[in-house]
Amino acid sequence: MTHDLATVEKQVAEMRAQLESLQKRVPSNKLSMVVFSGDLDRALAAFIIATGAVAMGMEVVMFFTFWATPILRDPAKKVEDKDLMGKMFGTMLPKGACSVKLSKMNMGGLGTAMMKNLMKQKNVASLEQMIALAGELGVQIYVCELSMELMGFKREEMIQYPSMDFCGVAKFLEEAMDSRVQLFI
Amino acid sequence: MSEAVRADKVMDLKGLPCPMPVVKVSKGIKDVAVGQILEAQTTDPGSLTDFPAWARTSGNEIVDTIQENGIIRIFIRRKV
Repeated sequence: MTHDLATVEKQVAEMRAQLESLQKRVPSNKLSMVVFSGDLDRALAAFIIATGAVAMGMEVVMFFTFWATPILRDPAKKVEDKDLMGKMFGTMLPKGACSVKLSKMNMGGLGTAMMKNLMKQKNVASLEQMIALAGELGVQIYVCELSMELMGFKREEMIQYPSMDFCGVAKFLEEAMDSRVQLFI
Repeated sequence: MSEAVRADKVMDLKGLPCPMPVVKVSKGIKDVAVGQILEAQTTDPGSLTDFPAWARTSGNEIVDTIQENGIIRIFIRRKV
């Protein structure tokens, strides 16, 4: 019987090892989101989902890349030492959440202004308010370093946000692999 | 109408649209003890599907839902 016991012990040890390696691969109750779009409507959707996910008990990580990067600029901050391309991007892209436009029916800014008015009337939080709420709720924001570099944005011109950091694709993928839900907006 | 359910705390969320009712209740539920009841008053029709989804996910229980004069009263028992 001692022989049998040894076999069982060995099997238990093997199963334990397998279980441990499986546990490592079980994603956390986390939402990883790529925010790629610089449109007001899409950014709003991203923050509504992000704050809702916190309410649902999830950890939330947002990655801002490409056209979404300027959403996080602070319009009150000025950066002097930019090269020509940086200056161009800086001028042509929105300066913060207050100046992003609708993806449809913008109509030279009229549509966006009307939508903002309507939102106020209907008590819908503005994009700036949603960003502040996300910060309060502990939503982690990462900003794509490559986008910062390409568009010539400086860290000093980004908004004050409780947990904002800068990263590359590996950080996003690490978080995405550990997330039960992943979205690209 | 069941007046049997008595709330230990009432949250006035009237006029607030998505995602605010659920965001605020997920915080407010912590103000009542486990076993106690939180009443959320909203005017957002989406709450009728959102609160049950939130309760299932967070492990709390909707014990009653009353609709009157455009106001939705949702009674949530804190279970966790």
